[in-house]
Amino acid sequence: MKIHEYQAKEILRRYGVATPRGRVTDDPAAAAAICEELGGRCVVKAQIHAGGRGKGGGVKLAESPARAAELAASILGMRLVTPQTGPEGQLVRKVLLEEALDIAAEVYLAVTLDRQAGAPIVMASAAGGMNIEEVAAERPEAIVRQPFDLHLGLRPFQAREVARRLGLKGGTGRQAAKLVAALAEAYVGMDATLAEVNPLLVTAAGDVVALDAKMTFDDNALFRHPDVREMRDLAEENPLEVEAGRHGLNYIKLDGNIGCMVNGAGLAMATMDIIKLEGGAPANFLDVGGSASQEAVASAFRLLVGDPSVKAVLINIFGGIARTDRIAAGVVDALAGLGEVSLPVVVRLEGTNVEKGRQILRDSDFDFIVADHMGDAARKVVSAAQGAG
Amino acid sequence: MAIWVDEETRLLVQGITGKEGTFHALGCRDYGTAVVAGVTPGKGGESVEGIPVFDSVAEARAATGCNATMIFVPPPFAADAILEATAAGIELVVCITEGIPVADMLAVKAFLRDHPTRLVGPNCPGVITPGVAKIGIMPGHIHRPGRVGVISRSGTLTYEAVWQLTTLELGQSTCIGIGGDPINGTSFIDALAAFAADDATEAVILIGEIGGSAEEEAAAWVRENYDRPVVGFIAGRTAPPGRRMGHAGAIVAGGKGTAAAKMEALAAAGIQVVESPAELGETVARALGA
Repeated sequence: MKIHEYQAKEILRRYGVATPRGRVTDDPAAAAAICEELGGRCVVKAQIHAGGRGKGGGVKLAESPARAAELAASILGMRLVTPQTGPEGQLVRKVLLEEALDIAAEVYLAVTLDRQAGAPIVMASAAGGMNIEEVAAERPEAIVRQPFDLHLGLRPFQAREVARRLGLKGGTGRQAAKLVAALAEAYVGMDATLAEVNPLLVTAAGDVVALDAKMTFDDNALFRHPDVREMRDLAEENPLEVEAGRHGLNYIKLDGNIGCMVNGAGLAMATMDIIKLEGGAPANFLDVGGSASQEAVASAFRLLVGDPSVKAVLINIFGGIARTDRIAAGVVDALAGLGEVSLPVVVRLEGTNVEKGRQILRDSDFDFIVADHMGDAARKVVSAAQGAG
Repeated sequence: MAIWVDEETRLLVQGITGKEGTFHALGCRDYGTAVVAGVTPGKGGESVEGIPVFDSVAEARAATGCNATMIFVPPPFAADAILEATAAGIELVVCITEGIPVADMLAVKAFLRDHPTRLVGPNCPGVITPGVAKIGIMPGHIHRPGRVGVISRSGTLTYEAVWQLTTLELGQSTCIGIGGDPINGTSFIDALAAFAADDATEAVILIGEIGGSAEEEAAAWVRENYDRPVVGFIAGRTAPPGRRMGHAGAIVAGGKGTAAAKMEALAAAGIQVVESPAELGETVARALGA
């Protein structure tokens, strides 16, 4: 689960991470007063879940309270386009106003999971503010890596080592070590999958402050963090994905025009791949669950039919425990319950009782395009989508 | 011959009194597995279709000599169930449960380091030795005793590969679902090493997905240690970065874990990588000259 910058900072402050003074608002009229409170000069930052906000014009410096009000008014309500939002952008509903600080140096700092080592790890780089992935690819030696034991936590000596290797000395080094330890504690304590500060700012006075912050959380651990669960902002998420989640479906919206319905995540990914291989583009990832129950199939159908970008549907189901003929009957019933469906629907069933299943599809009132195998199904759905233009 | 699951398997089912637990315990028994006990804390003394239920794993082991367990305990308590089975000395733990927090699995991994127990999963379909026994939720009847070992991070995609092998009459020696989570018990390498020591396994199908580096590590291991044919497929070539594709472990993050990099690593290790999952069976058949 993702949260906003201002929410991440709220959590990090609880753990003792220093952040700039600031306040969040959805009201441009309140911006001037907040800026006044912050000393008459502030940074106005769009709050959306996607990164790269500065590049898209969502982060601006205001030299006066009046200017802060103007900037807040222009940023609030804009569709901010960043490298992570896609071309349609993301509507800005809140801005964070923060004191403007003098920048002496910027550092990258994050805590995440090292899957290979099976341990959390602190990643840091003196080349802060930059795209850390580029730094990692071009100059891996510039990345400080400090794994630590989940249960011992990041020990003080390890935190000091990170600060030392970043070249931070004296009082600045001591503050940085404290901040790194606090970030690690927040990561562990909140079941985060990522706690990132980019950049960590060293001010002209030698203080360290988390200028930006990003946290994502382990969805599977949200049951023990009701406070985090409450921070979820559904307005930031794709409405079709939110709707799918309500029906217990695993759905991700993509750019193409072929709606996919598959049982099992691995098979769902493989189905998207084979569509691409045949020259088409999937409109979504959709896993209806291994057993492909009739309710799941029906909700999935409604979802695909409700997506205007879908020009053709591919149903790819491997009948295992649930027999193929039962699944075929479920597909027919689900479609009948929807009323008029004009989309071409290609169905590929495999597994137990497959001949009976295919026969049920052929005998139904709806004109299913029945495919023999995955490759055949992909070819048929790609051509159907092209035909539907 | 086969690996990990055989005639000697005496299976315990943790969470046997739940709907899923009961259904699949009986499914395993119907397939031929000796299902000797169940555990649900607080329900000791009951029985499920003739299978005695105990309050604890230690009790069940003492009473029945069970040497393997299949876990259906809900996610918040599943890590504890794995730890309990490990502490009781169960040799093979297969955890089906999906949705265990990463932090819980890190604790389990640390505990397992000091114990001889093998954990398969979590979030996996289980392990089956066709015609002999199964521990898991896979449909037994699509399998056929045979020559090919299957290792996979996925469920239904594994069934696809299995079905192709069955249709081509190649069959499977043992199939292992290692699970779709970022932290799991058994790796591709663990399973490959076991297959390498098994004469009945003449080739291996390896099915990976985006996320992590388990496939790259497996590729490096195969290059050095395994000379029978390996056929590989990686799901998720079209997955956008930063999005979790169903499985908690299937995510391209920080530019790492892409399908392209994995396929390249497999190919570089002499593994025959197929572009389409529909070609897995035929490719094995060609490699075996069948």
